[in-house]
Amino acid sequence: MQSIKNHLSLVLALLSILFSMQVFIIAERSIEAYKENLANNYSVVIVSKKTLAKEDILKINPLIAESFELSPDHVIKRLDSGIDAKNTELLKVTLPRFYKLSLKHYPSPSEIQKLTKELRNHAAIKKVEDFSHSHDTTYKLLLLFKGMVTVFSVCIFVVTTLLVFKELRIWQFKHSERMSIMGLFGAPMWLRSAVLFRLAIMDAIIASALSYVIFKGIESNEWIISQFQSIGIEIVIFDSIGDFFKLASVAIVLSIVLASLIVVWHKEEV
Amino acid sequence: MDKVIVAKNLSLSYSGHETIINQASFDITSGSFVFITGASGSGKSTLLKSLYGALKAQQGNLIVGGVELNGVSRSKLNFLRRHLGIVFQDYKLVKEWTIEKNIMLPLIINGYEKSVTQNQVDSLLKHVRLKHQAGKFPLELSGGEQQRVAMARALAHNPILILADEPTGNLDDYSSGLIWNLLEGANTQLKTTVIVVTHHIPESLNVEYKHFHIEYGSIYAVN
Repeated sequence: MQSIKNHLSLVLALLSILFSMQVFIIAERSIEAYKENLANNYSVVIVSKKTLAKEDILKINPLIAESFELSPDHVIKRLDSGIDAKNTELLKVTLPRFYKLSLKHYPSPSEIQKLTKELRNHAAIKKVEDFSHSHDTTYKLLLLFKGMVTVFSVCIFVVTTLLVFKELRIWQFKHSERMSIMGLFGAPMWLRSAVLFRLAIMDAIIASALSYVIFKGIESNEWIISQFQSIGIEIVIFDSIGDFFKLASVAIVLSIVLASLIVVWHKEEV
Repeated sequence: MDKVIVAKNLSLSYSGHETIINQASFDITSGSFVFITGASGSGKSTLLKSLYGALKAQQGNLIVGGVELNGVSRSKLNFLRRHLGIVFQDYKLVKEWTIEKNIMLPLIINGYEKSVTQNQVDSLLKHVRLKHQAGKFPLELSGGEQQRVAMARALAHNPILILADEPTGNLDDYSSGLIWNLLEGANTQLKTTVIVVTHHIPESLNVEYKHFHIEYGSIYAVN
């Protein structure tokens, strides 16, 4: 019973680290997916005195992915009260050209500023509408969310790493008698500490397996899926191979590093 | 004859406290049987501790098994200890391990093969009359039985030198007899050097031995 309790505290601490790590990964993926979504819906509108070739527009800034000329028909239709066909055609020719530019990714405020400046510097472009106000707000909100998730994950990581460290020290203390007896018979450090490493690796594997089960459950949870669908994004919540490999590696490496630190910092008995 | 222990002007004390052994010089020949006697607190156990490197010399030189213990590195000390068989007054058995595994300890550390280890442990368990207790844990045994386990562990890897700290103190005649027989056997048959710290030298011993006595920090050769 005592042994299970000992393992449980280390497994839980490691599990919290893995949990915060995977939540961070999910948040990152959600933000990226949402940014992509925004980028698809976001566009800059330019007004030009003359017709611009698509290649010329694309050359202005590498951020521009595509340009579409907006048809002036709907504007003319609104004015179409008593204008004859000849004048309509004339109006069509004299009206400035409107282009909608879609971007490769969702731009940062500095990127949008640079893009607007470069578009304005173009001799043919009279006006640029970048919708920067609403864009800035959305972008800052995303950054705030990302920052909060990062801070939260780092805090959990630091606190639980200290907990794991403490737990391993308790183990070392528990096994110190055995380790000192082994030392009296000439056992090298690695052999004396083998039990510490064995326990740490075993618990890291248990914590990784538990995190696999938890995130597999989350991944198939209807409510969570519907939440993502409601904001119009689709992401991989838990990649059974890639994410599990990442989590297991972090758990095992962290346990080995902390166990090694304890062994190295431990003052050897003679 | 080779000297297994050479001490020159050896002084011992516990970190800054009063000197326990003062400027002692002696040597012990390989294959000999040695008793170290003295009153309680005279420094017998302290001297023994210094022989397996658990206490550093305050002054002088101490060479054990060809290893100079003054300023010895940890790896060299481990190397020396792997060739020593130590019997502690308080047995120092690993409580979480069975008797069998406790005896196996020096064999595991010395990297013996599993089959050799098992044969050796079985044979030793027979010698110390504990074959039937092999799967038990130290705390399930009496003091005498625990000391027999400690003795078996000290002999397991055929050490060059056995250091025994009052191995028969508080033991009944049966256990004491077994332990003296084992020490005698190791010395006569395997030519292992045996150093025993004790209050009383057994009369029934059938080996030639050397006797050192410690008094007031000095070591005297009695015979």
